[in-house]
Parts: sequence; C-alpha cells; structure tokens
Amino acid sequence: MAEVASPTALSQPGGWTILRRSRVSMLALWFLVGLVFVAVLVPPFLPDELKLTSKDSLLPPGAACSASEGVIYLCGTDLNGHDLFYRLLTGAQVSLGVGFVGALLSLFVGTLYGMISGFAGGRIDAFMMRVLDVLYSVPRILFIMIFIAALGPYLTDWLDAARLWAQGHGWTTMEDLMVTAIRYSRIIIMVICLGLVEWLTMARIVRGQVLVLREMTFVTAARAMGQSNPAILRLHLLPNLATVVLTYLTLTIPAVILDESFLSFLGLGIDDPAASWGSLLKDGAQVINPLDSKWWLLFFPATLMSITLLALNFLGDGLRDAFDPRSRSR
Amino acid sequence: MLGFFIRRLLSAIVVLWLAASITFVLMRSIRGGPFTSEKAGSEKAIAAKMERFHLDGSLWEQYSAYMRALATFDLGDSTKYLDWRVSELLAQKMPTSLTLGMVSFIIASIGGVLLGAVSALWRDTWVDRVAMIGALVAISVPTFVTGPLLIAVVALWLGWLPVGGWGTVHQLVLPSICLAAPYVAYVARLMRNSLLDVLQSDFLRTAKAKGLRDGQALIRHAMKVAILPVVTFLGPLAAHLLTGSMVVESVFNISGAGSIFVNSIQNHDVFLLGGAVIVYCVLLQLFNLVVDVLYGVLDKRIRVYG
Repeated sequence: MAEVASPTALSQPGGWTILRRSRVSMLALWFLVGLVFVAVLVPPFLPDELKLTSKDSLLPPGAACSASEGVIYLCGTDLNGHDLFYRLLTGAQVSLGVGFVGALLSLFVGTLYGMISGFAGGRIDAFMMRVLDVLYSVPRILFIMIFIAALGPYLTDWLDAARLWAQGHGWTTMEDLMVTAIRYSRIIIMVICLGLVEWLTMARIVRGQVLVLREMTFVTAARAMGQSNPAILRLHLLPNLATVVLTYLTLTIPAVILDESFLSFLGLGIDDPAASWGSLLKDGAQVINPLDSKWWLLFFPATLMSITLLALNFLGDGLRDAFDPRSRSR
Repeated sequence: MLGFFIRRLLSAIVVLWLAASITFVLMRSIRGGPFTSEKAGSEKAIAAKMERFHLDGSLWEQYSAYMRALATFDLGDSTKYLDWRVSELLAQKMPTSLTLGMVSFIIASIGGVLLGAVSALWRDTWVDRVAMIGALVAISVPTFVTGPLLIAVVALWLGWLPVGGWGTVHQLVLPSICLAAPYVAYVARLMRNSLLDVLQSDFLRTAKAKGLRDGQALIRHAMKVAILPVVTFLGPLAAHLLTGSMVVESVFNISGAGSIFVNSIQNHDVFLLGGAVIVYCVLLQLFNLVVDVLYGVLDKRIRVYG
C-alpha cells in the first residue's frame, strides 16, 4: 500500500508546538476541560433539595435553603425555586453537548461535500459551489425553526415505535435507551437540524484545501499506481485535512451553541423542565426591571456562556494560527 | 450582461419556489391544524374554515392551490388574524425590521472596515491587539446578553436612552448597536486579514519601488483590493442581520417581523409564515444581485457570470 505522504507545506511538524506556546489558547483549553469535568461530575453530588422546584422563589445568591439545614443557594434561585447553580451545570451539559454533537455532524456533512466538490472539479465543482452560495444567502435559522416544529413530533413517534419494537423482542437495553431518547427528543431534533445547517463554511474550507492537495505529486503518484478515486480521497486527502477540520470544528462549536441558545431564547428550543444556557437567559431577561433587579438570573448564565464561547473562539483561533498555512505569517 | 441577469432571475425563482414549497409542506405536516386549538370551533366550523383557506383535500391539492395563488403574487390570508391579508400584516411589520437591519448593516460594514484597516495598518501595536481582542469578545457574547446589558447600563443606570420601544431616533440607537456589534467584529477581522495580505503582495511592492509613498495613495491602492472579501461577505451579513433582529426585537420590545416568525410557527399560520419567508428570500436574492454587480464593478478581473 502507498504510504500517506505529508506535504511539508501543509502539515508542518511545529503546529502543536506553536499551539502549546500560545498562552491564551492553553488557558482556553484548560478552562474548557475544567468546565466539562465540573458540568459532568459535580451535579450528581449536589444535595437533592437543590434539584427540584421549591418554595424558595427568587432568592439572591448565598441564601439558605428553607428545606434543609446547611444548604445554601450558591447562585440564587429562579422563579420556580430551582437552584441556579445546579441549573447552570445541567444547562452546560445540554449546551455543550448540543454544540459538540451538532458541530460533529456538520463536520461530517461539510467534509464530505467539500471533498467531493474539490476533487471532482470542473462543472460539478462550479455547480456545488453555486448551491453553497445560494444556501449562504438563505435565512437558515428560519428553516431550522420550521424543521424543528414540523419534524419534532415525528421523531418522538418514531422513537416510540422503536421502543415498542424493542419491547416486543425483549431487548431491555434498547428499550431503556429509547425511553431516555424520547425524554430528550427535543434536544435530539435540535442537534440534527443545527448540524445539518452549519456545515457551509466547513465545506468551503475543505474544498479549498482539496483543490491544493489534489495537485500534489503524491496524489499524481497514487493515481499513476492505479489507486481508485475513493481510495485516494480516504488514504491521501483525508489525513492531510485533519488539522484544518479540527480547527473549524472548534470554531463551529460556538456557532452551534449560539444557534441553540438563540432558539431557546425565543422559546422554540429547550424548555422547562430541561435547561440550557439560552433558556436560562430567557428566564433572566424576563425579570429584568429597574426597581427590583434579579441580577443573578442574568449575570451568571451570561458570564458563563460568554466566557465559554470566548474560550472556544480563542482556542479555534490558536489552532488556526498553528495549523492553517495561510494564516502562518500573521 | 443580459444573460447574467436572466440566469440570476431564474435561479432566484428556483430558490423562492423551493423556500415556499419547503415551508408549506412542512407546516402542513405538523400535527394539528391552524384551528384545532380554538375553543368555540365545532367540527363543522373548522371544516368550513379549512375549506375557505383551501386547506382541505390532499396535501397535493392544498399545495397546488397555494402555488397558483403565489403565481399571481397573492400571499393569501392569515389563518390566525382573520380578515387580515398576509401582505397587509407584512407591510405593517416589515418596515420596522428593515430599518433596524439597514442601520445595523451600515454600522457593521463601515465600522468593521475602518476598525479592520486601522488594525492592519498599526499591526502588532496595542491598537491592533485591543481591537482584535475586542472583536473576539464581540463575536463571543451573544446579542441577548449584550442587549439586556446595554439596557441595564445605558438605559436604566445612566438613563441616557430609552429602554425599548420603537418610533424615535433615540429608541433606534441601542438595538442597532446591539445587533451590529458581532458583525462589526466579523467584518473587522476579515478586513484586517485581507489588508495584511495585500500589503505584503507583489503589486504593492512594485508600486512602492516605483516611488509610491506610504500614506494616502498607498492606502487607497491597497484598500481597493482588500475590500473585496468584505464585499462577498455582505450577502451573508444581510441574511444574518435580518434573522438576528428577531432576538433584538424581543429584547427591546419592538414589534417587528421577528415576532411574526415565532408566532406564526406556534399558531400554525401557514400563509403568514410562508409570506414572511418569501419576502425575506426575495430581499436577500435582490441584495445578493446588487453585491455581485458591485463586485464586478470593483474588481475588473471578475467577469460577472451566473
């Protein structure tokens, strides 16, 4: 088999070193790793009183819980007496999860589209890029809204059918899985819709890289050796695209998180009892008034979300500086 | 040139047809019709209403009735606000959103180009660093955070500008800044990178070698080329601003087209939603045509093609 040749101009070995030297990128990376750990590991250890609605409505941060001794609300409570700290962490699970999975999905679609377009070239390429231009100029978030509203119920039905089918065959693991999936069907449909929409930039970047790569001698050599087009794409182009794709994955995650919170803020996304940063901000924005400000309901979700998006963007920029040959000079 | 316009017109019609079809078919496949939630509606009354709106019969019959109406530029009637035509409702709400979008568009494009150019010219100085970190912050902080923040600080605390609403110039300031902020940053980053590329390019080196001094002439030379990527971004920018204004309208309590989308999806108001989607798409297609022509004028190497 032909080995994967790596053109020196595109994957300079210094990439990771450049990234590691960038203090801001590393800080962002550690913040994100820490956030994921806290969001996943801390909620199960919180006292149960904090996880339910209570009569402690709209208490400021640091107030004591009325139901049990020694428990305080670290970030205050919302209208229904939920502990905001707990909701911030579960909201982080939802927001980060939606962002990551949605971005992965968009990575898959975008890479495939870009590779085919760039590798095919000629008229096919021109047509596929024209389609991309048209899609760029369509208000995509509107169609996401319509898709979610229209397809959501069908997904639930379909999952329920799968559950019954599994029940009929006595597959309890799959049945349990489906029960969980039904509970989160709203989130699932959102991830799918967002992932299928945010791939345009990825496709364009990948296509640009493929246009450069396919003229390289190692591709010509592989073709001369009689390798088929799919094999060339998989064995020679894909490995060389990895760092570019990783960079834009990092930059797509904040875009998807923003979209999700946009929808939740308008009341078309995640809703009670589940929470995401967008839905928490919606609740916070509703209680803003000059006389009796419930500042914590807005302050904590806004700060956490902004810092997270900033960290993701810093990390993405750092990755781009390290791996994108075009931005190297800057 | 004529061929270009004809091809663009055809592609615009295809886009509009697809957008209208997708919207209609999806909205009609949502469970529950536009009238199912009404209390007083007996089955007979609902059936009569469905017939009046041509929403009875098979999906294909409904779809072809809608398409026939659209072909005569008839957007239909709202199923929620009875006795209102979709065109009337849109004519009432669209100007607000368009004004907001247009002001933000001007702020974003001009502000972004200036900021990006300043950053590139003073590359690696503190001006550049502050501007670029500020840009990243502006991109990362969502509008529904900046909105309430601006309200809290500028309107409530300092009391300089009104909290929300619509009608006076004062009420326009905060929403348009809030809507434009992330896009000022996008444009600035784009402009900075592009200008840096141009400043390092061969033709400028030649121009300098031939005796062109730094300063105005050089900047004008370089800017003319560097602005091209920004021009290509103007189309997507317009699309972002139109949809982005939904959140800004909700934060600042402005009754614009944004509420039409959210409400008509929730009310199953097929025709109002379809009409709004069509108007948005027409506007964006028109805008993209203008941008393409502008691009051809600015860059003589590009022959305008379809």
